[in-house]
Amino acid sequence: MFITVTGTRKEVKDGLTLPELIELENVETPEYVTVSINEEFVSSADVASTVLKDGDSVEFLYFMGGGC
Amino acid sequence: MLKITKSDYEKILKHAEEGLPNEACGLLGGTIEGDIKTVQRVYLLTNIDESNEHFSMDPKEQLAAIKDMRANGWVQLGNWHSHPESPSRPSEEDKRLAYDSSIDYLILSLQDREHPVLNAFRIQGHTDVSKEEIQYVE
Repeated sequence: MFITVTGTRKEVKDGLTLPELIELENVETPEYVTVSINEEFVSSADVASTVLKDGDSVEFLYFMGGGC
Repeated sequence: MLKITKSDYEKILKHAEEGLPNEACGLLGGTIEGDIKTVQRVYLLTNIDESNEHFSMDPKEQLAAIKDMRANGWVQLGNWHSHPESPSRPSEEDKRLAYDSSIDYLILSLQDREHPVLNAFRIQGHTDVSKEEIQYVE
């Protein structure tokens, strides 16, 4: 199946899970990355059980925050 | 070196002043040629913490900004936030939460309201901080 990851279309195996994609993409510090699929944010509790579908568009966003 | 127009700097300053007493934040999109990063657009985001001591960017706005950069052929050069009452240097929390070592972290200090100070930093491994020159262009 084909999915789009951070703007790039890629062929991946059917039934790829989100944790597998995070590993494939070598996402650094994934615990501080927010994932969206088709513009919907995935809650951290749902990451492990999320299975990707053909045509999904996935974005990885680093948490941006700090303090003075 | 980071190049930014005076107009874009003014947008950052205005957003930060309007956000007082809280911290304000945003992103910088642009181009990289060799060692020169040129800001093409500043993005003014919402600090969802609504705090004068912390900031977290609204992820929806962050995603929209990233998509706009991509649509324009730009990259994320960095992010910026304000320090309403403290100097323009990364705090311990700023360093701890600097997860992307490839970007610049800009800090606008409004400690002296008459003389705001904007500095850019690279933060490697949450500890190694180096300053990056900012050049203001027309």
